[in-house]
Amino acid sequence: MKIEFDFSALKKIKWYEYAVRFLFGGVTTVLTGLLAKRYGPAFGGLFLAFPAIFPASATLVEKHEKGKKQEAGIFKTNRGRLAAALDARGAASGSIGLVCFAFVVWKLLSGWNAASSLFVASSVWLAASMLIWRVRKDRHQVIHPKTG
Amino acid sequence: MQFLFRFIVGGFIVSLFAVIGDMLKPKSFAGLFGAAPSIALATLSLTILSNGKVYADLEARSMIGGAIAFFIYACFCMRLLAKGRLSAAKATLSGLTVWLACALGIWLLVRGR
Repeated sequence: MKIEFDFSALKKIKWYEYAVRFLFGGVTTVLTGLLAKRYGPAFGGLFLAFPAIFPASATLVEKHEKGKKQEAGIFKTNRGRLAAALDARGAASGSIGLVCFAFVVWKLLSGWNAASSLFVASSVWLAASMLIWRVRKDRHQVIHPKTG
Repeated sequence: MQFLFRFIVGGFIVSLFAVIGDMLKPKSFAGLFGAAPSIALATLSLTILSNGKVYADLEARSMIGGAIAFFIYACFCMRLLAKGRLSAAKATLSGLTVWLACALGIWLLVRGR
């Protein structure tokens, strides 16, 4: 399956949906700082991998898929929930990339400059996540050739 | 003032990754961006500037535990959504307790060694 950018998808998102994610991100970053200050960096560090975007994006995916079906006159559907499940499947692959990101920062930060460490770690996150996504997709196609 | 700055930087980076995820197709690929290191990038850059690299290094090490908890959380949500009857909001928000329990469990396990 081809990976594509669909810029028209941005038009379907309401301003408050952007605001909610901004708020989630801002609050989580502040809380992570406060927890590290109060309980130390070893505890606060756990929250660097807090699922801040995922609940909002999965809810949005479900809402938009439901909306599409309702526009087509189908009101009773589980399509939205299944689309959100696919989003969760992607997030699971991304979270393995997140483990790689944290490992790379931990190993590089003491010897490298900060910007390079974060850049390399982000690239490793993307590469590892994409690789895992691809492998899982290929495996799924072998097991379920008709649905692939 | 420092908290306001953290809030703006965190909100901006999280929104940026979320927007990239919104534009991508297919859905399972876009889902990768639900686990983007957005909070980590915002927090680590600010921490390096204010507390230094050694402090940020400790945070990054602990983040490995948080990321493993994220994997368990995402699998839990996927199961709930694919097999259960819960809406995305209920499944993903109730699942946060799973993330918290796993993250704390891993932290206690590593701390005890």
